[in-house]
Amino acid sequence: MGKTFAEKALARAAGLAEATAGQIVDARPDIILSHDNTAPIARIFNTIGVDRVAFPERLAITLDHAVPAPTPVHARNHAEVRAFVAEQGITHFFEIGRGICHQVFSEEALILPGQLILGSDSHTTHFGWLGAFGAGIGRTEVAALWATGELWLRVPEAMQVTVVGQLAPGVTTKDACLHLIGQYGADGGLYRSIEFTGPGLATLSLESRMVIPNMMAEFGAKNAYLPPDDLVFEWLEERIRRREARGAKGDVSSPSSLIPLPTSALYPDPDAEYAQRVTLDLSAIELTVSCPHTVDSAVPVREVAGRRVHQAFLGTCTNGRIEDLAAAVEILKGRKVAAGTRLLVIPASSEVMAEALKRGYVQDLFDAGAVFGTPGCGPCMGNHLGVLAPGEVCISTANRNFRGRMGEREAEIYLASPAVVAASAVKGVIADPREL
Amino acid sequence: MNRLWKYGDGVDTDVIFPGKYTYTLKEPGEIAAHALEDLDPRFAKESQAGDVIVAGKNWGNGSSREQAVTTLKYRGIAAVVAKSFGRIYYRNAVNQGLLLLTCPEVVDAAVDGEALTIDLATSTISTGGRTFAFPPLSPSVLSMIEAGGLVPHLRKKLGLTATGDVKIAD
Repeated sequence: MGKTFAEKALARAAGLAEATAGQIVDARPDIILSHDNTAPIARIFNTIGVDRVAFPERLAITLDHAVPAPTPVHARNHAEVRAFVAEQGITHFFEIGRGICHQVFSEEALILPGQLILGSDSHTTHFGWLGAFGAGIGRTEVAALWATGELWLRVPEAMQVTVVGQLAPGVTTKDACLHLIGQYGADGGLYRSIEFTGPGLATLSLESRMVIPNMMAEFGAKNAYLPPDDLVFEWLEERIRRREARGAKGDVSSPSSLIPLPTSALYPDPDAEYAQRVTLDLSAIELTVSCPHTVDSAVPVREVAGRRVHQAFLGTCTNGRIEDLAAAVEILKGRKVAAGTRLLVIPASSEVMAEALKRGYVQDLFDAGAVFGTPGCGPCMGNHLGVLAPGEVCISTANRNFRGRMGEREAEIYLASPAVVAASAVKGVIADPREL
Repeated sequence: MNRLWKYGDGVDTDVIFPGKYTYTLKEPGEIAAHALEDLDPRFAKESQAGDVIVAGKNWGNGSSREQAVTTLKYRGIAAVVAKSFGRIYYRNAVNQGLLLLTCPEVVDAAVDGEALTIDLATSTISTGGRTFAFPPLSPSVLSMIEAGGLVPHLRKKLGLTATGDVKIAD
């Protein structure tokens, strides 16, 4: 019997010849992710009784969740993170404004195909876009990983999603993911490795692929996987070269840059055993919106068109990349944000911000009436930079619309693609960009 | 009396413990004071140590925030019984020593406000005059819960002096 990606990746991470779904293994991640929560994790770490982090070169830390510090409490949290980083000699540390962990660690090529990344962030599934095994874990588990370098993981059963067809113009992988989660429910992929395959994947740009495993956290998935192709290898090789040219070579103590990428990649066997197999036909996907307060309440945009919107938010680890800004610029250039509606734009990273400046997108969006925030998570989980008042409605490119998520119980969040968010900003109501 | 608090499907971590507090509240008392704030405002006022939560599918889906577990632990909630759990939530609970039990039959039978008792020795739950069996916990999960969570478990494994309860200032 062949093996799934999850079985192969966790066997590799545990140093075993093979592993099978259901087995519990002690896995050693190549990268351990944390962010603003590094400070509370350090407090837990201190209770274990180990002085030094076992493998400091495996830690990757950003400040992204509340940046720049919105309150003295957040500022003290950041100071604590910086002190820990200095004390433990952590080299993969990225300051405020560099961007969101998932985007930044991708841009820095810190994690490679076939590797394991565990992080105290539920969207660590993100790294499946490049063929890595990424899973979210809790703070205490990260503290344990810092102490020992290994953690128990149950090898998940896998669900295979065969992607066929091609998206209609203007329709995105965000629409496809909201549709898929709507179809099977927010627990449709619970505890599973969601392994994508099929000819439809090759029709997708790299940035649009990144959306898919990111969104699979909302499907209940442990991890998600897209088979890496030459586009992925070239993208990563370029990033590694750039990093080394910057003189950052000495920082990178992970063996990453020594591994020839295609040989590090793992692919499921054709006769692997899947708990479930489904097909996703891209050509059948419509522009889709998830309604408050669950991601699986997904409907075609026409069913909610016309609903008043107070705030439109373009950004996050799901849809804050240059392709997302480009889609918004296409709608917003030469137009204005509707009176009574606010448009927030928060690029996912400083690299995205720099590219947006170079391409003139910042000017275009600014002229349309957008308000910019520091690259980072922005108001996505209610910390700052555009939280909502009771009764307000936000349409957002984020991945989550739970009640109270943007800071206020009596506010509503709709999830959509960048084009739908931009069109809604122009009309002041939820709108189909093709009807502008 | 240990009462049960019954909730539906898909209760997410944002309504169990709002994200806006994740970097500002540190003390157990403060964290416990906001339990289920955006789901059921009565809960943080009226729930008592020893009470049990009974819920539908996918309890605790969403963010990896551990306070969604510790807010219940610090309130003294004895267990959460549900049809299924969000996967990170499940791990967090084991690692914090909060008992989670998967038992769909109890969830269908349970009535909000009624009494509920859990017997780990026989792997049964009783409520409303009926008794239900749940699959026994695996020894590794049980030993971690009994140790009080991952940190005490790890201290034991690393041979560090066990000094009873380790206080975790989350």
